[in-house]
Amino acid sequence: MSWITARRRHPAAGFIVVAFVLVLIGTAYAVITSGAASASSPATVNSAQIAEGRNLFVEDCATCHGQYAEGVANQAPSLIGVGAAAVDFQVSTGRMPAAALGAENERKPPRLNPAQTRALAAYIQSLGGGPPIPSAAQVSTAGANLGLGQSLFEANCAACHNFVGAGGALTNGKFAPALVPSTPTQIYEAMLTGPEAMPVFNDLTVTPQEKRDIIAYVTEVRAEPNPGGFSLGRVGPVTEGLVAFLGLLFFMVLAALWITAKHGKAHE
Amino acid sequence: MSDTNSPGQPGTGQPGEGSWPEYLTGAERHGATSSGPSGASAAEPSGHGGPRRVIGTPPPAAARTLLAPSGGAERGEVVRELPAEPDDPRKAKTVEKIVAACFVTAGLAGLAFLVFYGTIGVGSITNALHSNLALGCSMAVMFLLLGIGATLWVRHLMPTVELTEQRHPMASTPQERAAFKETFTEGAEASQFVKRPIIRRSLIAATVPLAVAPIFLLRDLGPLPGTSLDYTVWRKGLRLLVYGTGRPITSAEFNSPGSIISVGPEGYLNNDDAMAKAAVTLIKFRPGELVFGPPAKPGGPTVRNTVVPNWTVDNIVAYSKICTHLGCPAALYEQTTHRILCPCHQSTFDATEGARVIFGPATRPLPQLPIGVDSEGYLIALSDFNQPVGPSFWERS
Repeated sequence: MSWITARRRHPAAGFIVVAFVLVLIGTAYAVITSGAASASSPATVNSAQIAEGRNLFVEDCATCHGQYAEGVANQAPSLIGVGAAAVDFQVSTGRMPAAALGAENERKPPRLNPAQTRALAAYIQSLGGGPPIPSAAQVSTAGANLGLGQSLFEANCAACHNFVGAGGALTNGKFAPALVPSTPTQIYEAMLTGPEAMPVFNDLTVTPQEKRDIIAYVTEVRAEPNPGGFSLGRVGPVTEGLVAFLGLLFFMVLAALWITAKHGKAHE
Repeated sequence: MSDTNSPGQPGTGQPGEGSWPEYLTGAERHGATSSGPSGASAAEPSGHGGPRRVIGTPPPAAARTLLAPSGGAERGEVVRELPAEPDDPRKAKTVEKIVAACFVTAGLAGLAFLVFYGTIGVGSITNALHSNLALGCSMAVMFLLLGIGATLWVRHLMPTVELTEQRHPMASTPQERAAFKETFTEGAEASQFVKRPIIRRSLIAATVPLAVAPIFLLRDLGPLPGTSLDYTVWRKGLRLLVYGTGRPITSAEFNSPGSIISVGPEGYLNNDDAMAKAAVTLIKFRPGELVFGPPAKPGGPTVRNTVVPNWTVDNIVAYSKICTHLGCPAALYEQTTHRILCPCHQSTFDATEGARVIFGPATRPLPQLPIGVDSEGYLIALSDFNQPVGPSFWERS
């Protein structure tokens, strides 16, 4: 203790404490937010699963979507016919159950585990059909055509999601989310069902193979090296320009101050 | 910079207030000049030793003055001597070492740059990455250390003396001018330029094309676009192909409400010049969502802010993807609000109302492409757009 007491008034002590606390907060945040995304795989549907799904629905969803998923005007849409894929996307990304009615439901740690999610999806699927959850083989990117995936992504997805899937703003507080945490299954389901403001890309317009190509592109660009050392969110030249401008300006001002500063009066 | 030593303000005469009064030269103290800012300090002792030359200062000529003593003194200038050596020799020695170390390290960084350039290469993307980093860092270190060394040198070794250089008339003396004129005339005569008109005239003729050359440079700014901005490559019967896959599309395939897909004209998908104007966004709506206006002939006039009903197929509408503000691809689409957005300046169009502008700097709706179905059921264009796509231009009617 005396060691600290002796040094606590050191000029650098304040900086060290601030740096230590910042590192501590950053580490804690990283640990808390690194909830592993769950990969769900479709399993055989049975009546017991549907019954469990029904219970989960009444518990977590019926307040907004109605007792029988018929929807509530000006509050939540009907879920009849949306399909298991939509349920799996919304629940596995944590968007549903929604935290609040807002411009957009944000991705958060899922409330239901993968088995519960599949049960809920089976229940909604039993109500009015709709696109099912894609199988692991359907979202496999093995042998995918990256070039075609890039062309399709740039023509149809990049406008909102940014050319490397970093996301971007829409109107009235809505935004296209970053695709970095998305699993291949979630990307496939999003294209198939068009969650929230996102348009639909059905299997006849963009075939399953082409969807796999797009997924391959989205997942591949995540591993691209950063030529400048930092990605800066990969949102493009605006951030990079701003960082370079502000950073260089700061150092240039410092340099200008140093160069033009007056001499010390050493001869006095 | 306000500076108490500014030559505009006569010296204050307080010892130590500024540095240059101590550097007054013999010339002033001998009374060669009586005016000038240093007058009040003329009696200050110099306090400097022998005439040791400071690195980077002018050579110790006659009186170690900046201006030639003869001319300067004659014209009544202030003539000052630069200090012979820095104030603190020990500190100067230290600074000298630091500066030298900076320069040596800068030189080594420059050598490292050459080595990196020779050894890393840019054969692969990874190599190019490493090469960029290594070359950039070594060059940055080199220039930074050169700058730091130079600045330290200037700040700690060179004297900080405000010097005034007087301006004089720049014209030569009449004698010099007369002499020049004489030489010039002599040269002209001796070269026979005057005597031999054929050489003179042919030389002048040879330079005429050079004078015309700028016209050719201007010509390369053209030709004028003519009517090329008024039309796209869309014409009757061209199929709509999905951009990327190049597949034609039927209304039965493109049947999910809220769908969107980027398409281009058959045969032009890889023609960037054509696609720059012909890119089209295809949107599928639910029944009843579209606000229809009166029918129109393909290519004919339409009612603004409405969808032309006979230019759609089964609630599928085709809009130009080129923003009417500045030509960015207006390709963001919210299927819940039916808004088409342009990412560049946030122009927002309502797709259900003929791409009516509801926000942003765009002034016109996105043009609607008349579409129909061919005998095999594929979506085709019925004509070109009925108006120029993209931003306004001077000749746009």
